[in-house]
Amino acid sequence: MVSPIQKLRTTSDNYKQMDQKDKRRFWVDGLLNNALYILMIIFIVYTAIANENFLKAGSIANIISLAAASLPFALGVAGCIVLTGTDLSGGRVVGLSAAISAAFLQNFAYQKRLFNFLPELPIWAYIIIAIVSVMAVGAIIGAVNGFFVAKYKLHPFIVTLATQLITYGLILLFFMLNNNNGQPLSQLDKGYTQFVNGTMFKIGDASIPWYVLYAVLMVIGMWFLWNKTTFGKNMFAVGSNAEAANVSGVNVFKTTVLVHTLAGVMYGLTGFIEGARISSITAATGANAECDAIAACVIGGVSFVGGTGKISGIVLGVFILRIIFVALNMLGIDANTQYIIKGLIILVACALDMRKYLVKK
Amino acid sequence: MSQEVLLQMTGVTKTFPGVKALDNVSFTLKRGTVHALMGENGAGKSTLMKCLFGMYNMDSGTIVLEDQKIHFKNSKEALDHGVAMVHQELNQALKRSVMDNIWLGRYPKSGLMIDEKKMYRDTKKVFEELGLDIDPRRIMNTMPVSQRQMVEIAKAVSYNSKVIVFDEPTSSLTEEEVEHLFKIIDMLRDRGVGIIYISHKMAEIKRISDEITIMRDGQWIATEPTEKLSMADIIRLMVGRELTNQFPPKTNKPGDVYLEVEHLTGQYNNLQDVSFQARRGEILGLAGLDGSGRTETLESIFGIMTRKEGTVKLDGKVCRNRNSRESIQNGFALLTEERRSTGIYSILNIRDNTVISSLKKHLRGGVCLSDSSMKKDTQWSIDAMHTKTPTQDTKIRSLSGGNQQKVILGRWLLTDPEVLLLDEPTRGIDVGAKYEIYQLILDLANSGKTVVMVSSEMPELLGICDRIVVMSGGRVAGEVNAQNTSQEEIMSLAAKYV
Repeated sequence: MVSPIQKLRTTSDNYKQMDQKDKRRFWVDGLLNNALYILMIIFIVYTAIANENFLKAGSIANIISLAAASLPFALGVAGCIVLTGTDLSGGRVVGLSAAISAAFLQNFAYQKRLFNFLPELPIWAYIIIAIVSVMAVGAIIGAVNGFFVAKYKLHPFIVTLATQLITYGLILLFFMLNNNNGQPLSQLDKGYTQFVNGTMFKIGDASIPWYVLYAVLMVIGMWFLWNKTTFGKNMFAVGSNAEAANVSGVNVFKTTVLVHTLAGVMYGLTGFIEGARISSITAATGANAECDAIAACVIGGVSFVGGTGKISGIVLGVFILRIIFVALNMLGIDANTQYIIKGLIILVACALDMRKYLVKK
Repeated sequence: MSQEVLLQMTGVTKTFPGVKALDNVSFTLKRGTVHALMGENGAGKSTLMKCLFGMYNMDSGTIVLEDQKIHFKNSKEALDHGVAMVHQELNQALKRSVMDNIWLGRYPKSGLMIDEKKMYRDTKKVFEELGLDIDPRRIMNTMPVSQRQMVEIAKAVSYNSKVIVFDEPTSSLTEEEVEHLFKIIDMLRDRGVGIIYISHKMAEIKRISDEITIMRDGQWIATEPTEKLSMADIIRLMVGRELTNQFPPKTNKPGDVYLEVEHLTGQYNNLQDVSFQARRGEILGLAGLDGSGRTETLESIFGIMTRKEGTVKLDGKVCRNRNSRESIQNGFALLTEERRSTGIYSILNIRDNTVISSLKKHLRGGVCLSDSSMKKDTQWSIDAMHTKTPTQDTKIRSLSGGNQQKVILGRWLLTDPEVLLLDEPTRGIDVGAKYEIYQLILDLANSGKTVVMVSSEMPELLGICDRIVVMSGGRVAGEVNAQNTSQEEIMSLAAKYV
């Protein structure tokens, strides 16, 4: 293993040997390859000066919680991107899972609860049932995605566009069950909201909710899967060169289905958390969540080139995007303009990302 | 030598951070000659050509074309000045037609519309000149690589090029196609075109070139008329040491029959009733023309092509080999023909490329992959193959072709195979590295493994194999003993069912 110090030394040795032109190129390359982080720092400093609340405990806690809420989703979709694919169905899976969780976990005292036929059990039993259900639902939708991608070599864009619509249809039907007539699901049991959204600890007077811990656990679990298991190695191999992977004895079909299934499970868990967070679930819950998550992945260096990406990058990407959103609010930029800025950020981030993979001539 | 100088490169120097890729190299190409540029991989041949075409900026040096100092910014500009290159790895628009590819970027127009008729006529004319029988409207990816290469040559000719660079043009051609290519080159030479010919194949160079320039480690070593250099001279100059033989001495001793392939017939390809046997410790060659079913045979045995009928037996036991995983489990390994598209994971590092087929060995507790164990195996592979790489974390795409091949060979050895199926194991690899690969193959046979090897290079098959099965039109045309056969005998067998 090359130590960082050695690495730095060889870099500086190389640098000394360069001529003027190459030296300039070295700096330009360095700047552009890290442009995102540099801009980020400038942006944070600027926002902090413009609005003193930005770096206060409340705001930081807010950024952490918001990032933690969208992390599981990003961890899931990142695998699909590593396979040079994508997943557009995720947002709707979140919506369906949130609705299912809520249906299981509405307050028993509430007369109009959706699953009013369920017997009264301790709340932890229903929490477990809800978690298992959303994981199963996510896994099934993900497996369907993966099956069509792997078996019929359809582009994931098409497959997941189709399952997105199908899942939305299922959500709408779900809200019609038991004479609910599309009413939002609310009146959630305190045990559920506490389990997810209750205070784990406080920074100053701002509280950090429990789901931050769950997000951290998921990051650790996903890091393990990506870096320490055969599944992870196979995923990168398939993403880098599926043909070669097939020859090398990697089960490309199984790997593809698994990656999509795992993504589905992550969306399911995101939905479970989301349900408790927003506490009134409608058919629109989760819509377009995939856009932010995919953007976060790309900003974090999970490239559409395939075969590259790191968990740390995903976490960073999610945080960067969150910080930007929060900062835009703090700077008092109106919501309409924010969309334009978000779009531009994604464009610039992707361009800078691709630049790294272009073969220099 | 009285021919006038066409292209003169003087004192070309190019440094990359840490490496001097070209050190004061000079090169002179005369009108109407074929000038071979030789050297091992990494000797600087491609870098020199990239400087010519403006893909790299030279640090110093001048290039003069027909008494005019030039400095191309890109290969398009070079083309416009009549300097063309036929690449080793073809970059073509595969879904477009032949003529679209030839006239790309300079479509003949009538008004705003593209003049398809003129395009067709002009393409036909160029093809007739070159003696090619290709339909200009044919879609590129329906043609074999060899014909696509001919299209690339036709494109260069259609620019009225004065200088044409051929980079390993014969690596995917059969003997017959090579003959055709040489006829075309002869014709171009008679027209006064200057040809730079980059190749590793000695016999070809001797046959086609007028002059040879040899490079080593980024330096100019020698430029001599071809007739003054013997093969031994060339090799000595290239590797800088005496390489007495192109092939290591044959030391392997075939034992009992080990691998039996019976009545192999393909479902989606032309394989028909292919049967042969190979012994333990034997190197069996598969010869034949392009499309004779050699690659299909290997891939059918390995289970990545669908069999209609046929059995594969190892040591008398039937191996079903329905997919690559089953085949690996049964002790088979397949080195594929197309390294770039089915061999390497270009953006992954050496370690990931090495251990991908043997991940099971590194599992601890059934779940967790051990980094130290993977590093150990990778190091073993690097040492055993003499792979030249800075670290295990280097991305494989930055290695030379020969070193990439060694990584893949190492990958397969780590699966503990009994039968190695090698498809063109030395394609695009330089002489020194080829020798090393031959030695590795012989070592494998010596250790009792069975090697089945496909190659388009006849001398290679004769030099390293024990027996050679010749295929033709998807069938086995015959079997010869490598010790007492001739290229003529193999060629006549190869043409049996065409």
